[in-house]
Amino acid sequence: MWRLLVRWFHQLASPPYFYRFAGRVAPWFGVVGGLLIVAGAYGGLALAPADYQQGDGFRIIYVHVPSAYLSMMAYVVMASAAFVGFVWRIKLAHAVAVSAAPIGASFTFLALVTGMLWGKPMWGTYWQWADARLVSELVLLFLYFGYMALRAAFEERDKADRASALLAVVGVVNVPIIHYSVIWWSTLHQGPSISKLDAPSIDASMLVPLLLMIFGHTFLFVYVLFERLKGEVLLRERQARWVRKLVGTTA
Amino acid sequence: MSEFLSMGGYAAFVWPAYGLTLIVLVANVLLPRRRHRRILKQLRVGTDEFQSVSQPTVRHVP
Amino acid sequence: MTALGQVIARDLKVAFRRPGEMLNPVVFFAVAASLFPLAMTPELSQLRDVGIAVLWVSALLSSLLALDGLFRTDAEDGSLEQLILSPVNLGTVVVAKMTAHWLTSALPLVVVAPLVALAFYLPQAAVVTGVLALLLATPTLSVLGAIGAALTVSLHRGGSLLGLLVLPLATPVLIFGARAMDLSLGGESPAGPLLFLAALLALAMSLGPVAVAAALRVSLE
Repeated sequence: MWRLLVRWFHQLASPPYFYRFAGRVAPWFGVVGGLLIVAGAYGGLALAPADYQQGDGFRIIYVHVPSAYLSMMAYVVMASAAFVGFVWRIKLAHAVAVSAAPIGASFTFLALVTGMLWGKPMWGTYWQWADARLVSELVLLFLYFGYMALRAAFEERDKADRASALLAVVGVVNVPIIHYSVIWWSTLHQGPSISKLDAPSIDASMLVPLLLMIFGHTFLFVYVLFERLKGEVLLRERQARWVRKLVGTTA
Repeated sequence: MSEFLSMGGYAAFVWPAYGLTLIVLVANVLLPRRRHRRILKQLRVGTDEFQSVSQPTVRHVP
Repeated sequence: MTALGQVIARDLKVAFRRPGEMLNPVVFFAVAASLFPLAMTPELSQLRDVGIAVLWVSALLSSLLALDGLFRTDAEDGSLEQLILSPVNLGTVVVAKMTAHWLTSALPLVVVAPLVALAFYLPQAAVVTGVLALLLATPTLSVLGAIGAALTVSLHRGGSLLGLLVLPLATPVLIFGARAMDLSLGGESPAGPLLFLAALLALAMSLGPVAVAAALRVSLE
């Protein structure tokens, strides 16, 4: 069993195999993710009761929390893939890292804006420095920008892969330190936080849509990652025989 | 229905948040597909607009 | 003389040949910090409120200024490649270069910092804490900066990128350093944040040289 799994993994790392695999598997992730998100949004907007403190304003939780979670998950995926690519020199791993970055950055941005939209009715201001989550999301956004800017600065893809991989790994070591230092700092300033989940009990009709949204976003992430990877793999392998055969430039 | 749309007075915050989420999700679905299609097309035509951002290509001339 | 000492001595000698260049970051630090009172009402209470922030942000920015040259001159004249090819462990070379860099760019900053702090009417206790915190924080900043400098050394315009790469990583240092001074200002013990700074320093010292060495290999391979 274990051997089969290892063999399958090796096979998956071969670009032509992966390209076909992604093409076959991705749509399922997309469909499941889309359905879960639609169900979660309906549950969150229409079925969940209004919060006794925050009224209907709390419904933003169903878009804020999943995007915040995805923004960090994408960074971990990016850094792990970068590490694998750096250490074992697996090209496909570098492609995964590159493809995860823009997805993560877009959801970091989304988490920031939805957090601000949630904050305005709760705090009276869009931005609250004392909220540790918003501040660490902002730093995370800067980390994504740094990663993408470093990649863009190199002309050779191979060098860009390896340099940005190092940065991603250094970044992922730093992310928890940054996160906890910001939390530590914000507790000193007695800031209000927009946490709802810290409440000891949360009603199931409130929680289920949130879980649906989180799972939906995870599936959607895999789908988007695969779609990005398809393009990335073609680009990286454009001189390879299988790609030229695929596009028909060689007989 | 109008009660649902007014979101208990929070409409100005809830709907933009959901709207922006929708935009980001749709963009994340559409852009990679478009990129994939464009890359396929470029490779088919043979003019390689992505050449400059990657390694210099080495062609083995027989 | 060990390889470590040799590289440090050589870098110090090179730095002292151009004392003006060496002192640029410190001068920048002093100038940047003195601009703040001019952009506001220079009253004691207000200056005291912002003094700590000004001190730390100016220190952070000025430390960036010196970083671009950390590996660049050596990479351009080829001596860095010699060091990579030499039998000496690259990690050792990196530690030596960072030490020399810290001595020539960060140490002067730590010396000047009390003057800046006093100019913002910070009390003596906060100034002492500030010096301690800077002594703990600047080596960490040097390590983080060295990672950025090593990653961008082969790029023509690495300088502007450096800030984007390094500054977000430096936020914990900024938070703990400023907080330590804040506690002293309020008459409390700054031990907690100082210990955090020491922990960050230990982490940076143990993992940093490996990362810098790897980054140099990537940039110059």
